[in-house]
Amino acid sequence: MRVSVNWLRELAGADLGLEELARVLTMGGLEVEEIAPVAGAFDKIVVARVLGVAPHPGADKLRVARVDAGTGTELQIVCGAPNVAEGQKVPCALIGAKLPGLEIKAAKLRGVESNGMLCSARELGLSEDHAGLLVLPEDAPVGGDIREYLDLDDTILTLKLTPNRGDCLSMFGVARDLAALTGKPASLPEAPAVAASIQEAREVRISDPEACGHYFGRVIRGLDATASTPGWMTRRLERAGLRPRAPLVDITNYVMLERGQPMHAFDHAKLQGAIDVRMAKPGEELKLLTEDWAEYIPNLLLITDASGPVALGGVMGGFDAMVTDATTEVFFEAAYFAPEAIQGRVKALQLVSDAAFRFERGIDYAGTRAAMERATELTLAICGGQAGPVTHAHGKLPARQPVTVRPDRVRALLGYGVDDEFMAQVFARLNCAVKRDTGALRVTPPSWRFDLAIEEDFVEEVARVHGYEHVPAQAPRSSIAMLACSEDSRSRHDVKRAAAALGYQEVINYSFVSSQWEADFAGNAAAVRLANPIASTLDVMRSSLVGGLVAVVKSNLNRGEERVRLFEMGRCFLGEGPEPQQQPERLAAITYGGRLPEQWAEKTPAADFYDAKGDLVAIAGTVRLDFRPGSHPACHPGRCARVWVDEREVGVVGELHPRWQQKYELPVAPVLFEIDTAVLLAGRAPRFSGLSRLPTVRRDLAVVVAETVPAGAILEAVRAVVPACVREVEIFDQYRGKGVDAGRKSLAFRIVIQDTARTLTDAEVEEIVGSVRQLLSQKFNALPRT
Amino acid sequence: MEPIDKIVADAAGAFDAAATVPDLEQSKSRFLGKSGALTELLKGLGKLSAEERPKAGAAINEAKTRVEALLQARREAILAAELDARLAAESIDVTLPGRRQSSGGLHPISRAQETIERLFASMGFSVADGPEIENDFYNFTALRMFPDHPSRSMQDTFYVADSDKVLRTQTSPVQIRYMQSHEPPIRIICPGRVYRCDHDATHSPMFHQIEGLWVDEGISLADLKGTIMQFCRAFFERDDIGIRFRPSYFPFVEPGVEIDMAWERKDGRTTYLEVAGAGVVHPDVLRNGGIDPEKYSGFAFGMGLDRLAMIKYGVNDLRLFFDNDLKFLRQFR
Repeated sequence: MRVSVNWLRELAGADLGLEELARVLTMGGLEVEEIAPVAGAFDKIVVARVLGVAPHPGADKLRVARVDAGTGTELQIVCGAPNVAEGQKVPCALIGAKLPGLEIKAAKLRGVESNGMLCSARELGLSEDHAGLLVLPEDAPVGGDIREYLDLDDTILTLKLTPNRGDCLSMFGVARDLAALTGKPASLPEAPAVAASIQEAREVRISDPEACGHYFGRVIRGLDATASTPGWMTRRLERAGLRPRAPLVDITNYVMLERGQPMHAFDHAKLQGAIDVRMAKPGEELKLLTEDWAEYIPNLLLITDASGPVALGGVMGGFDAMVTDATTEVFFEAAYFAPEAIQGRVKALQLVSDAAFRFERGIDYAGTRAAMERATELTLAICGGQAGPVTHAHGKLPARQPVTVRPDRVRALLGYGVDDEFMAQVFARLNCAVKRDTGALRVTPPSWRFDLAIEEDFVEEVARVHGYEHVPAQAPRSSIAMLACSEDSRSRHDVKRAAAALGYQEVINYSFVSSQWEADFAGNAAAVRLANPIASTLDVMRSSLVGGLVAVVKSNLNRGEERVRLFEMGRCFLGEGPEPQQQPERLAAITYGGRLPEQWAEKTPAADFYDAKGDLVAIAGTVRLDFRPGSHPACHPGRCARVWVDEREVGVVGELHPRWQQKYELPVAPVLFEIDTAVLLAGRAPRFSGLSRLPTVRRDLAVVVAETVPAGAILEAVRAVVPACVREVEIFDQYRGKGVDAGRKSLAFRIVIQDTARTLTDAEVEEIVGSVRQLLSQKFNALPRT
Repeated sequence: MEPIDKIVADAAGAFDAAATVPDLEQSKSRFLGKSGALTELLKGLGKLSAEERPKAGAAINEAKTRVEALLQARREAILAAELDARLAAESIDVTLPGRRQSSGGLHPISRAQETIERLFASMGFSVADGPEIENDFYNFTALRMFPDHPSRSMQDTFYVADSDKVLRTQTSPVQIRYMQSHEPPIRIICPGRVYRCDHDATHSPMFHQIEGLWVDEGISLADLKGTIMQFCRAFFERDDIGIRFRPSYFPFVEPGVEIDMAWERKDGRTTYLEVAGAGVVHPDVLRNGGIDPEKYSGFAFGMGLDRLAMIKYGVNDLRLFFDNDLKFLRQFR
């Protein structure tokens, strides 16, 4: 909402300076977003008449004008504007005038004396229009200050109104609220009834009384639709951001700006029979005045006549019955349409409508009739003609119910004391009807407020009118329950810090990705799709974090990085159908380049599968992860393990598939892992399990097995059978080559044994190691390494 | 000089001349070896009379002790010198860099989030979480943003195709979910990603909010102001921050508040920065959460986490947070 300060001051707040006015509005909840003067800072520009125009002897594009600027002497001014013509009235900057970045001096232009400057709209800071001189109306007084003539000492306030304050979408509305905030009454001009001078009238009916509360119509005949809209009205329309068109349309727009009541002007001669307000029937359609077609949608409100639809109720008029320059009789509509009957229609029809914007939020139904009278008065004054009587039909208007407001409740919710009397005054200032009851006020909001329905709404009004600055900052009180802090769980930040400690940098990627990434890195052809993505490359919700990490590796390589270690924690969206069944949060990490940063002392090999796996185990902490050979769309099929916890698959670790390495142009293959965050947040509270002082015995055992036997399977089998005194079974060497047949590998195990009760004899130790050897031989066809 | 003293003096000279332990051992044999000078003297004792023998024997033994002491001293000196030389040879350039894994770090938004969570935890707020693809009820209707109502146009919503679900436009749905499963007193904050289809220099289609909710008996607008003021002062680590409330509108609170943080600049003028939208929880929203609005009241606030991080760390462009340039991210380690 753009508000002319000069116009507003005619109605309310005349005693407030510009800054104070903006502050009061902002602090009252009508946020002033922008304060802008309507014209540039200049002086000594006056209205001048062009007496004659002659060619410039030395320049084709320049002309020499003789002007009367009311200075008593004729001025010769060189002018470059293509539209300069004899008889015109135009703005003229006199010698000594100061414009932004320019001072006008007497000068010679290509040898011809010039004593001033004729101005375009841009030079006055009125618009960007620099095509030619700003031609003024014939009534402009020669020699008169242009600032005064065009009312240029005005400022536009741009209000950022919240959707609950539809009542402030007009000058009257803003003035009323300003008056309530300052406590000084507004002076809103009345619109006295214009008596009918002819009998011509059109019958109106309302078939849907829920949608249309009342409908007023009036015929005005014998008017001149080509009359010019007066300058004061076009200026006010322009300053509100509306483009002046023709007087009848300008008048309806002006009344809407002034009073918040949208109106419509039909060409009376193009209507047939009675007006009926009803819902559209399937198959009905209407050509709009924009020449777009509105197709049938359910619950679409129509204004119809005997021929069918003539306007979309509360939204836009139809093409066939619109007023044109040839119109001599107009039928004005002023109606109240219920917000529920309008909301959503404009969006569904993809239209833009100032009228619907207001009806959706609720308009002052008590002002409808006055708006009709105002429009009549303006029409008769501007276009002439004779007005008929007002016809009207009634539907169901909103009822304003009294609301019980308990002053104690108001004080409790605000957290400070405001006395009952002040509250009653606030409500009165807001034009509410107030009745005093025991311990409560019965408050009825005015017709223009659609946002005051429950006690809490009035709590806000008390604070708003009193001033939010009166709310004290109260030190928070607490019921002092200590927050749980369990040692068997970790926070997300703990997990993130564990990853960062291993050299991984956290990144944050969009949750929406390209469907191509989903296909490549997650093998997901049915990702959750967005109906309205911001870009076609961000069209689906990710089911894996891997694609984003690969992309960030790539973008950083392009920026000159050589080694990149990244992680991200975020939700993934999994599901078969259009909607996700699950939205698990995951941690994923990627390593590209050396295992360690490049170092002076030794070569650092590229990170491989085991680096990623080791990092994952380190981040997991006390959570035991099982790694089983597996596959994943993102990973090299022979270098990929699925991660299991408690017999549940929770993640993957692997080397990027060479196909994607090539496709995404990575010189070496990164290694990565991805795991559900939830399993990492579990932990194990430490618990002392006794301390044995008996000696530990270590036995090493080397065996040769087939290449295809996974070391993990052997470890798992051994750990399952050894007695409790075996504290550790681990692999400490893997060997292939000389001394080991092709297709086989040698694995060396460390077995650490310690009993808690007594020292084991050599024979007992040998028995344990022998049983392991036997198991390996039987189950894995292992041969002793010789 | 007695011959025996001469032997000791010769030994001292010979030992001093030895540069290494093997040299020293060679010299030792000239005096203490099987045919060394002192051994020869001992062998000559038998030729002496019984009266002379004890005295001469004692003198030889005393000389032997002195030679052995000289030998030991010299041996230690040589070993010490050798050790010094070896250690000197083993010295390294301690100014070369050490061997280590590179440093990682948290994203600045994570850092800010962690700090905020800790600050609110110190006031008894716990952290709650919810889904990012939400249904219409939790994201809108339960928060009084009814279908077709103009309040819905305050947020540009991403819709899931072929479904009535949306990407949550705010962290507020977590409020409803939490109230439905918990009894007052409730003190939570809900940090997380939110989505709006709006993309320009100051808007990212994905950003972060922190929602706060405190529901208890007798909670008021004044408690909200006090809480936010304490938070701003603690988070930005300055005591001169003031809080300005402006009336605003969010369908799920009434009264609704826009919160500006304020501080005085050096020239005496006051700078205001929007930090949160907030208000007293609307009674219908409490009811939707299963809470009796006559018994309990509460306040809720929503802050832009990215914006807080921008102010705190002096980041001037929101887009940097999602660009993931390591040169940017490393500055927050």
